[in-house]
Parts: sequence; C-alpha cells; structure tokens
Amino acid sequence: MRVGRRTWVIAAVAGAVVVTGGVVAGVRGGDAYDVRTQQLWVDGVAEPGTGPGAGPVRLDATLYLPQATGPRPAVLLAHGFGGSKVDEDDTGRRLAGRGYVALAWTARGFGRSGGLIHLDAPDYEVADARALVDLLAKRPEVALDAAGDPRVGVAGASYGGALALLLAGLDHRVDAVVPQITWNDLRRSLFPQSEVTSSTLASPAGLDPVSTPGVFKKGWAGVFFSPQRAAGPPGGPDATADPSADPSADQSGAAGAADPNSDPAGSGADLPPGADAGGSASCGRFAADLCADYTEAATTGRPSARMLERLATSSPASVLGRITAPTLLVQGEADSLFPLSEADANARGIAAAGTKVKVVWFSGGHDGGAGLDSEVDRITATTDDWFDAYLDRRPDARVDTRFEATVPSAAVSSANGRAVSLIRQADAEPGVTGPGTPTTRDLVLTGRPQTVLAPAGAAPAAVTSVPGLGQALAAVGSAGTLSLGALPGQVATFTSQPLASTLHIVGSSRVTVRVAGDGGDATLFAQLYDVAPDGGAVLPRQLVSPVYLPAVSTQGRDVTIATPAVVRDVAVGHRLRLVVSTTDQGFAMPVAPRQYRISAPSGTSLRLIAPDAAMTSIDVGGVRDLWPWALALVLAAAGAVVGGRLLGRRRRRAGPPLAALADVPLAIEDLGKAYADGFRAVSELTFTVEKGWVLGLLGPNGAGKTTTLRMLMGLIAPSEGRIRVFGHLVMPGAPVLSRVGAFVEGPGFLPHVSGLDNLRLYWQATGRPEADAHLADALEIAGLGDDVHRRVKTYSQGMRQRLAIAQAMLGLPDLLVLDEPTNGLDPPQIREMREVLARYAATGRTVVVSSHLLSEVEQTCTHVVVMHQGRLVAQGPVAELVGAATLLVVDVDDPARAAQVVADVPGAQDVEVTPTGLTLSLIGTPRAELVRALVAGGVGVDRVSPQRGLEQAFLALVGESEG
Amino acid sequence: MPTRGTHQGIQNAAAPSQEHAAAGAAAGFSTRRTLPLLVEVRRQLTRRRTQLTLGFLVLLPFLLVGAFKLGSGPSGRGTPGLVDVATAGAANFTLFTLFVATGFLLIVVFALFAGDTVASEASWSSLRYLLAAPIPRAHLLSRKLVVALLFSLFALVLLPVVAYLAGGVFFGWAPIRTPLGTTLPTGEALVRLAIIVGYLALTLVFVSALAFVLSVWTDAPLGAVGGAVLLVIVSNILDAVTALGDWRNVLPTHYSYAWTDVLSPDISWDQMAQGVLWSLGYSLVLLTLAWWHFDRKDIVS
Repeated sequence: MRVGRRTWVIAAVAGAVVVTGGVVAGVRGGDAYDVRTQQLWVDGVAEPGTGPGAGPVRLDATLYLPQATGPRPAVLLAHGFGGSKVDEDDTGRRLAGRGYVALAWTARGFGRSGGLIHLDAPDYEVADARALVDLLAKRPEVALDAAGDPRVGVAGASYGGALALLLAGLDHRVDAVVPQITWNDLRRSLFPQSEVTSSTLASPAGLDPVSTPGVFKKGWAGVFFSPQRAAGPPGGPDATADPSADPSADQSGAAGAADPNSDPAGSGADLPPGADAGGSASCGRFAADLCADYTEAATTGRPSARMLERLATSSPASVLGRITAPTLLVQGEADSLFPLSEADANARGIAAAGTKVKVVWFSGGHDGGAGLDSEVDRITATTDDWFDAYLDRRPDARVDTRFEATVPSAAVSSANGRAVSLIRQADAEPGVTGPGTPTTRDLVLTGRPQTVLAPAGAAPAAVTSVPGLGQALAAVGSAGTLSLGALPGQVATFTSQPLASTLHIVGSSRVTVRVAGDGGDATLFAQLYDVAPDGGAVLPRQLVSPVYLPAVSTQGRDVTIATPAVVRDVAVGHRLRLVVSTTDQGFAMPVAPRQYRISAPSGTSLRLIAPDAAMTSIDVGGVRDLWPWALALVLAAAGAVVGGRLLGRRRRRAGPPLAALADVPLAIEDLGKAYADGFRAVSELTFTVEKGWVLGLLGPNGAGKTTTLRMLMGLIAPSEGRIRVFGHLVMPGAPVLSRVGAFVEGPGFLPHVSGLDNLRLYWQATGRPEADAHLADALEIAGLGDDVHRRVKTYSQGMRQRLAIAQAMLGLPDLLVLDEPTNGLDPPQIREMREVLARYAATGRTVVVSSHLLSEVEQTCTHVVVMHQGRLVAQGPVAELVGAATLLVVDVDDPARAAQVVADVPGAQDVEVTPTGLTLSLIGTPRAELVRALVAGGVGVDRVSPQRGLEQAFLALVGESEG
Repeated sequence: MPTRGTHQGIQNAAAPSQEHAAAGAAAGFSTRRTLPLLVEVRRQLTRRRTQLTLGFLVLLPFLLVGAFKLGSGPSGRGTPGLVDVATAGAANFTLFTLFVATGFLLIVVFALFAGDTVASEASWSSLRYLLAAPIPRAHLLSRKLVVALLFSLFALVLLPVVAYLAGGVFFGWAPIRTPLGTTLPTGEALVRLAIIVGYLALTLVFVSALAFVLSVWTDAPLGAVGGAVLLVIVSNILDAVTALGDWRNVLPTHYSYAWTDVLSPDISWDQMAQGVLWSLGYSLVLLTLAWWHFDRKDIVS
C-alpha cells in the first residue's frame, strides 16, 4: 500500500494538533485550584482573668469554597504547633478543588488569633473548634445531617491532630477524623516510661507502662515551651507536619525539616499592633498555669500532680471511647516526640468502641519530615479516599482498614542500585484493628553483669537525637562499633547470636533485665541496635526507651522494658544488641553521680521477645498469582511445537514414491514458478533425465535455468508441477536429496575455516558416515594441493570454484547438478573438468550441467534441454540437435573450382563462395565424403571445420520461439 | 606450477549402491543426525567475532579494576549504591559488573550470537548448501539457535566468573555487602549470584529470539544484530516514560533490573517471575514466527 504525500501531511497536522492539545491541557491542569476563599473572624471562648491576653478572643479563619453548587460536606483543618492557618492553605485548596468546603483557622495563642495557648484544652481550643462547627452549620454551602449538625470532618497534624481527636470525642457532629503524628496521652509523651507491666505483646507498638511517670523529655519540651517560639515567626517542628504545607521540607527524610530557625510559609510575624502580642516576657503566649507547670518540670525533672492532671485533660486518651467517626491514624516512624506507641494506643481505644479505624505508619514524623514523595502522595490519596467515603458517602470510594507500614532499606532500587523503602501491608494490625496478638520471635541476648556510671552533672551525655535533626545523626554517628548514642563506661551491652533468618521487626520488643543500684532512683535508657557482621551498629531511627525507677536496692529487681517501636528488616547474620545507657541528652537526667549494676535476671542470658511480622509489599500480586500464566506459557509452547510438526508433516506429505520412476534420476513434470509480483520464471517445464546421461541445460540469461535448479535442490517451492528424483517427490529437506550433489550459483564456504575443514565440516553436517565421503577423491578433483590447509578467505575465485565442485561430489552422489562449473577456470582446468564429468557419468551416475558456453556443452554433454523465457524450447541428444543443421567452412586453394565439384555432392546445400573457400550446409552426408569428392576433383583442401554448430542451432531455436 | 586436478579416483569409483535408507535417501543418511551440535559449535567457534566478544568479556573486569584503582574512592554522599560498595570485595565487584553490563553489553552479546548465525550463512552463500544436504529447515533453525544460546550462556557465565576472580585478587574475598547495609555470608552470596545469572539468562533469551527472527527474515547479519539492539533501546526509552504507567509492564525490558530484588534480606520473587514469564512469552511468539517464516521462505541467498 503506497502512502501518498497528502496522507503524510494530514497525519502530521493531526499529530501536531494532538500534541499541542495535550500540552495545553497538561499545563492548565497544573495550575492552582480555582477556589474562592473568604477570610473570617470567629469568636472563641473568652480568656478568663485579668492578666495579659485576657478578654474576648477572636480567631483568624479562612473559608475555602468549592465551585460546586449545592451543599457540600466540610472539613476543618487544624495546624501544628507554632504554625497558623496559612500552613493549611494548600490542603484547603486541594479539598475545595475536590468539592469540599474547607475551613482553616489559626488556633488561639498563635498567629493573628487572640488568646493564650492552653495545649488543646477541652475548655478552650476544643471549645473554639466547636464554635467553628456551629459556624459551618449556619453556612448555606455546607450540607447538613440534621439541624445544627453539618457533615464535617476534621484533619490535622500533631497539635492539630490531638485537637481533631478531642473534638471527635467531645462533639458528636464530627463524621470523619484524620489525625497525623499526634499524641494519645501527653503525660506519657512528655514523661515517657518504658518499664512495662508484662512481657507479652498485646499489639505491635503497644505500651502498657507502670503508673510511675517516666523521664522528662526536656529536649522536645524546651523546643515547645521557649517563649521566642511561641511568639516568634511560625516555623518549627509542627509547621511541616502536614506534607502539603511546606514546600521546603526535605522530602527524602534524611534531615528533619523541623529546624526551629527555618522560615517556611507563614504570616504570624505580623501580629496586629497592641493586640495579644504575647503574654508575659518569660511565658510568651502560654497560659500562666501551663507556664508554671513547665518551669517546675524543667527545673526538677519530675512532674507535679497538677501538671499531670492538666496534661491528661489535653489528651485524647480520655475521650477515645466516645469517638464514633471513622478515623484514619497516620503516625511517623521517625518520631521521638510522639512515637508509634501513641498511635497504637489511639487505635486500640477507638477500635475498642467499635469504630472503624485504619492505621498507617510512614517514614516521616517530627524527626523525619514529610517522608518520601511516594508516601506523601499515598497518604494524600488515602486521606482523600477517606473523606470521599465517610463525608461525601460516595459508593465507589475505595477505603479499607488495612495496616500499612514503611520498611526502610528493604530493597535495592533497580534504577540506580540504591536502597529504597518499601510499603508493606497486612489485613489488620493484630491486637489493634484485628484479632490476635503479634507473632513474636524469642532471641537470647548474652552478656555478663556490668556496672555502669551516670556521671556527675550528667555530662558527657550520649546524643541519640536532637529535636528536628534526629535522622541526620544516624549518618554522622554510626562510625565504629557504637555510635555517639552510647558512650563507654555508661553502657551495658547484651548481644544476641547471628540471626539464622531475617527478622521483620514491626513494633517494639520486650526484654527483662535486673537493675541494682544504691537505693536511690534510677534513670536509664534502653536502645536496641542492629549489628552487622562487620561490626557496624545501627540504632533504628535513633529512638531510645527511657526508664524511670523510683527506687532500686542493692539487690536489684527485674525490670521489663519495652524497646522503641520501629519497623526494620534485620538480615541474616546480623545480631541484635541491647544497650542500657545512663545518659541521653534529650531527656532530664539526675546531676548526682550514680552507679548501677545491670545484669541478666538469671545467669548471663536475657530473653528478647521481638515482634516478627509477615507483611506483604503493596503493588505486588505475589508469585502465586503467576502460576496460571506459567501454565499457559508451557501449554502454548507445547502447542506450538506439536502444531508445527503436524502442519509441517501435512504440508510435506509427499505420498508414496512412484516405483516406475525408481531408476529415473530426474523427472520434471509441468513445473512452474510465479513470483509474488506476477513474474513467471518457469512455465510448463517437463523433461526426464535417464541414468548415465550428461544433460546440458541451455538457455540465455533469465531463461529460468537457475530457478529450476534451485527448485530441484528444494530451496524454492514450485508454484505448479513437481520434481521427482528417483521417484521421490522433492520438498525442502526431503531425504532423497542426499543422493543429489549440487553446485548452484557459486561457492559457499566458511571464510574463517580452511578448505579441507570446510569439506569435512560439511560432510559432518550431513550426518553421514565419514567413510562414505570419498574425501580423497573429491580433493583430488579439486586439485588444490597444499592450499587446502589455508583459510578459504585467501582463495582465488577459481580455487573456490573447484573446491565447491569437489564439495558437490562428496559422497559421489547419484545425481550431480552443476551450474556453470567452468566459470573462472583456465582452459586446462576446463578440459580436466570435462574429463571428470565424462568419467563420472561413465560410472553409472548422472550429471546435469547448466551452461551458456555452447562449445563446452557440445563437447561435454550427451543430451541437451534448451530453455527460453521459462519454457522448454527443445530437448534431445546433442547430436540430434546439432545434426539438424551443420554449417561447414571449407578452406581450399581454388574456391571456384571447389564450388563446381561440390555441386555434385549429394546433401550439399546453400553453397557460398568466400575468398578463402566455401561455406555450405551438409545434410546426411559424412564430411569425409565431401573431402574425398574435393580431392578427387583436384581441389586442395586446407581445412574443414564446423561453423559454431550448436550455437547456430541454439540461436535459431531461441530466435524461433521469440519470433 | 599451478596444481591441477586429476580424476584417477573417479575412475576407480564403484557403481552407485542399490541400498537406500528410508524414503529413498542415500545409505547412511538419517534426518535426525544432520547438523550435530558439535559440528555447529566448531563452525562458529573459530570466527573472529566469537573470539573478540569472549575476549572483551574477559577484559572488561580488569578494565573496571583499573578504573576503580585510578579513581579516588566512593563519594560517600547519601545512601550508598552498588557502585559505592563495588570495591568491598569479590562478590560486590561481581555484582557491580553485572549491574553495568545488564543495560547494554549483555544485550549486544546475546543479539550478536543469535542474530549472526543464520544471516551470516546466507551472506556466505553456504546456507543453500546446508539446506540441500539435506538438512530440514526446522532442524537447521533449532540447531543453530541452540548453539547460539550456548555461546551466549557461556559468555554470560564467563563475565561474572572472571569478575569474581579479578575482584578477589584485587579487592579481597570479603563477604557481600549490599547497599542496604546488610552483609551476607559467602556461601549465601554465591547462591544469590547464581540466581542473578540464571535470571539474566532467562530474560536475555528474548533478545536472542528477537535477533534470531530478524536474522531469518532479513539476510543481513548487521541488520539482524543492529535491529535487535535498536528495538531493545526503543523499549528502554519507552520504559523511562513514567506517564505510561502500568503499560510499561508490557515492555520486554521492563524487568531487566529486577534481579536487584535478590539483594534484599528476603528475596522477593514476584518481579523476577514476571520478568521471566514475559521474556519467555515474547520468545515463544518470536521463535514461532521465525520457524513459520523460514519454513515457507524461498531461499535466494
């Protein structure tokens, strides 16, 4: 099919239009969502008292309205600590673009809102949020479930996340909750206690601590409570907790984005002059009682009863049982402020009330920033699906309650050979969203009793993480056997044997040690390291478990410790190492020097109970799903082979041989070949070759000789007719062809192999016995002498020709087919070849020679077949063809006299006189008779020779068929 | 004095024998015995291109050793990749060599052996003599393909073996250290390397099949090899277009690096299984096409 130029032009124009349209659509799709925004001032709960910041409180809020007409569900967006409503701008626009009404506000005590910070107290911040829900209920754009009850969801991270949970627990109008990286119990977050009541794991990251408050997390607490932080530009740990809010966050998670001095998008610096510009100089915009509590805790390291009570009211733990809205809990694995155990407790409390909850662990957090790009996208998509399902109540929304966790360094990227994280999932989190308890593996840690020192003044102190810089330390400090996180003299270590199989840690482990002291209290930090065979130790996510023991005697007591909840694949050959340290710079430590004795409860071995979870990677179907395809492939292959054999056999059914032709070397019947473009090379060719003949195949170029010979060799399939060799039909690969030796259209040798090896390899390729080859005879015919040992690429054309003919004669085939064998040979070799062919035929074999050297054919062949334009023109013995007309040239001394004499010779015709003699046709009379007549007539005969007899016959024949 | 042939032997030749094998064949002929594998191996072994290719594969690890010794050492930035741990020991060096060879070199090697085999016979004009021997067409193809695959497999195994030995001599015999920071004992590492080589063999069969079918279709060796390499490059280019999404799984080279899954503490088999299935599926289709075409073709070379 020929494609004209016009078609190309049309195709090019159409292609250009498509490409341009695609580019334009893509560019337009990337623009910011087209949403309307409206700034509002909302009245919050008034601040009591008369101190700074007291009085009525107005909250700065922004409403994002979708393009859709009609009432739509709404979402409240709460920001993180130190931020403002501007942090939620991207999320608000995105949700509005998806058809929701979004309301973001700046919490009291931050940004341009009034009031003081009460740390998500139900009477203040949560009450403010309820006022916002009331506001939404009155907006015409918001869909209502009932009068005064809008369809509303809440989303927030960290500070905002706890607000979301508290609001959901205290206000039943909330229909969906998505809290991220937030706390369950602020007492436990700020005073973590890792001594637990039992060593059984009820859930992967569950923590069931003893009632004594733990060690003060002074590093993080200081970051929150410093006055500059509260009144300064919004920025800091929680500002980047929402992945879409901070474009400058380090997406790889290698360095935490929570740099207190960074200045992401925010506008809190421009406080309205004179209004709520901060409380007292030392407390910033914190409520006074909160400030006093913090000061006391920071000074003494222990919380007051009032502080604990206040922290408890700010904790969702108290209201979890009352939450009925489906909750999506997202928690960061790289989070030393609110670790995975907080989400675990939240999830258990919500699930216990029968509410739907989904737990997702990702690699970000307060120390890890927003996590990987793929996780950010995934969490955003999951959040959108959650709201679609539970706010918008779309029937096609895809939500599930599967538990997802990100495993760092789980696989090697196929793109660049670097380590990549994998997201794995399980149908449910055991003990939390699903039944049962986590699978565990027991490991034995050995170590002798060790004495550890808590130094005076708590210096030097181990550094495991600095708020906001946590993950960066992992790269810095892991040189050598132990990192900066474990200083010599301060640590007791217990190491396991190399693992026999991979341990998939998902959650926290339990281990019991015996701690003996000098009667006072004890502050210890437990770390669980992954130690490689070469000694390099990694502290997963730089997390530690602080333990506070109010009193340790000199006999000591057994302490069951929960190690930090992490997700990690510990490889074969690696070991786990428990390190009990006396210092950690991020926590409050006693200043008086101490000495402890850490040992195993009995003997020298500890029992570590580690969670070993079998989760599957997402996006993979697993090998099991592929079995049907493998089976189909095997069946298809078998089918192809069998089908090929059957079809081949059917096509090649040659039928029984014709017994009558068993001694006829070659019988061609009605042969024809037409090519695809209509050109007919051979038509209606029929002839037979008997044993012992030397047949010459004659014809001008393009007569179809070579095509016929190729069909004879089985290389080309005839369009019509058939060829039979010794009675058997010729087809590609027919066994009877082993009795045919061929040389067609030139030699074909492997140039890198010697002549002798070429012949040998060829014969071995036929698979016939070596003895049948008659190799010596063939080499004799080729006559190359020592040259047979040189590589064929050094041969001349003539040498190759002779060798090829010799190859055709290997095995002395019954039918020898040669196409222009004398091409390129010198006259002696041609004469030699003639003799060979004659003797070859004399042994009872048959030779077919194709040539256009008519003199050669005349001398060599016994029979001739003449072809012209693919058709048979003449066939028969050479003598018969030649005998039809013999033109003689007679050189005499007296031409005139000779002419008179010749006139009397019978059979002499067409006599012409030439200057040197006569030319005449002599039919039926032998030449000797003519010479005798001339001599008798007195004429001297010089020479009698035929004038190209066969050529004339040939040209006549060819000319006849043309004309 | 130029040599001259004689015909003495012919004179003394016996008359043609009257015993014939099945279907009228000459005595001692059997279709099944035609073109034995060893004969085909010997036909291909002394070719210059075979020797050069194998020689280059032996040389490459030493070139890499030289490059690493000349360089200043790993950059140490960010998470380590295969190149950063390449000098950690013999097994790591072998891994890195396989990693850099997977993209292009091994593809060229496989395409070369398979694409050259039928087309070069056609270009030497020896194909018609083989077929007229007579060697059945399907039989000829299968023997040639098997020998091409044997050579390719030999080359594929030669590279990591030489790399392992070179790495051991120059970088020591330390156990394998993956970019994940995990270390595996030597026995386990050798097993994993064997799995990687096996996976590469199975997925590169597709390249052989592609080059083979081009070799059968065109009679130009360069066209077959070059065409196969070109198509693989096009497949790689399309694989980089992430906008195609899941359609990329259909591309035959999509899973070419899936063997890096072997380096995780737990081997995940699914990507590799998919890669093998796709490769074998494509190979089946292409080879069926090659057989079908060759069976019907008019040999004019």
